[in-house]
Amino acid sequence: MYKYDTYDQAMVDARVAEFRDQARRRLEGKLTEDQFKPLRLMNGLYLQLHAYMLRVAIPYGTLNSAQMNALGDIADKYDRGYGHFTTRQNIQYNWIKLEDAADILEDLSKVEMHAIQTSGNCIRNISSDHFAGASHDELIDPRPYAELLRQWSSFHPEFTYLPRKFKICVIAAEKDRAAMRLHDIGIQIVEQNGEIGARFFVGGGMGRTPMVAPMIRDFVPLDQLITYAEACLRVYNRYGRRDNKYKARIKILVHELGKEEYTRQVEEEFAHLLDQGIEPPLAEIARITEYFADPAFEDGAKTVDRSDPDFALWVDRNTHRHKHDSYVSAVVSLKPVGGIPGDASGEQIRLMARLSKQYSFDELRIMHTQNVVLPHVKIEDLHALWTALDAADLGAPNMDTIEDMIACPGLDYCALANARSIPLAQRISERFDASGKTEKLGELKLKISGCINACGHHHAGHIGILGVDKKGKENYQLSLGGSEAEDVSLAKITGPGFDEDGVIEAVETVTDVYLAQKQGEERFLDTYRRIGMAPFKEALYG
Amino acid sequence: MKILTGNDLKTGDVIWWTGAGWSRHVDDAADVGDAGNEILATEEAARRVNVPYIIEATREEDGAVRPAHIKDRVRALGPTVRPDLTLKPKDPSALDWVI
Repeated sequence: MYKYDTYDQAMVDARVAEFRDQARRRLEGKLTEDQFKPLRLMNGLYLQLHAYMLRVAIPYGTLNSAQMNALGDIADKYDRGYGHFTTRQNIQYNWIKLEDAADILEDLSKVEMHAIQTSGNCIRNISSDHFAGASHDELIDPRPYAELLRQWSSFHPEFTYLPRKFKICVIAAEKDRAAMRLHDIGIQIVEQNGEIGARFFVGGGMGRTPMVAPMIRDFVPLDQLITYAEACLRVYNRYGRRDNKYKARIKILVHELGKEEYTRQVEEEFAHLLDQGIEPPLAEIARITEYFADPAFEDGAKTVDRSDPDFALWVDRNTHRHKHDSYVSAVVSLKPVGGIPGDASGEQIRLMARLSKQYSFDELRIMHTQNVVLPHVKIEDLHALWTALDAADLGAPNMDTIEDMIACPGLDYCALANARSIPLAQRISERFDASGKTEKLGELKLKISGCINACGHHHAGHIGILGVDKKGKENYQLSLGGSEAEDVSLAKITGPGFDEDGVIEAVETVTDVYLAQKQGEERFLDTYRRIGMAPFKEALYG
Repeated sequence: MKILTGNDLKTGDVIWWTGAGWSRHVDDAADVGDAGNEILATEEAARRVNVPYIIEATREEDGAVRPAHIKDRVRALGPTVRPDLTLKPKDPSALDWVI
């Protein structure tokens, strides 16, 4: 875990004091909403349907028990007893009062957290693999580089007013668990000829114009990573479209210039920057890396007692192979049957904090799939952990199944949404759980967005659902064939949309087609890719 | 009818113009006719409302006010997925009113 140094703490404390003054002036009428809005957004404070909403940054989804505890306390003290974990590995509170906002930021600062750059046209929270530093299949732990990028991008004066928001992801495995190529910059740490470096993918994203980021450089030495990232940003900052919000993301620039021309300009800028000395000294990288050193793993049991079938199912579904063979990473599902994806009560949040301290070296991770990970759990502790989780309604054995869907807050909370997302998620999970079909379907990633901004990642769902407004009524488009993993692809719309009941029937229908057509161990996505859209369309529309 | 809505500056609560002040209950909303923009300018300047706007609504036979768009009906009641957090936590039929 990275620890703030005195500069970090001083910067965050200064920002809290600054925001406290800004909020006071707004409440006293010395600032208009037009003047105040950009200031509150810089501190993660939005105005949503029912109240102010505060989005708190969780750097690359990593936090410790003290931080998690603070998040639970904020839910109870300032909100209505719960928080919502997001697809950006952050947490949002839906019922915040402006008069409390500075106090919340102060509470966060005491545990080395903040809400800076969780909104606005700046570089947002860096995202990463939720199993980073724990997984068996990683080249190295990518988090020191995520932290380096966080420090570089925090308050970066040149990149505070970009044409549009900017999202960066860093992973270090072949398997992509972080939707890396659907970021503005996706960085994959790779090995080439015995040297570790970074592969750069630029110009991906979801939203109204989904694009998969093309690779623009297959290898950047790690001691030039920041310089190369700066070059990518500089070209974007210079030529990104500021005249049209809908064409302002870097994906549009890369698409319009063409990958080759964009890359040429980046390389030119990179060559210019290389002798400018912007790369941090090696000692600083070494200092940061020390914070992410492995905890003191101990040898222990390698297997579990599988006599309890419910426990065995949870182990099979919700644990991930660790780099140490006496440990696993355990996924805490925030998707109970009929629940609201990503929501957790203050009590549940504090319980996860306690369990992380007891069983996972004081570490937790937030997944972009709106679940929580205890990254380092001793195999012999798994049963005790599962028992505690299950008793708190946190033990659903559903990772990567249709019941583990992503759903944005949708029209129940979000001012941008056109349709509700959460009720669909609830009804689908209840329906598939009751029918027992979930098990037969295996890995099936369902993703639901309530508007074209795609916070629910519907473009990347094996099955995607997009809520739209059709003459004042909620309507849902179904799409198939998306993936945000290493086999990344964008889903295609099946045809005319459905009402709420209709789209749930449609999900049932397409899963029936899959089960009828499945060969061998094919996943839904594999079958779709083999047989194409036609059989699904035929079943849906006749 | 045309009614005015916005959020309370301090609390962020959804509020509705009653003709004399602001209420959290949409049924208290007054028809402002063509005076909406003038009222909004005054109220916003006085910091009694944040980000206000004018919407279409209908008054039903029982006197209840129903915003024309589902988004404002969700605002009027609260999140449909958390009935306990809505303004009518003990009235299950309230959710049908939204849809």
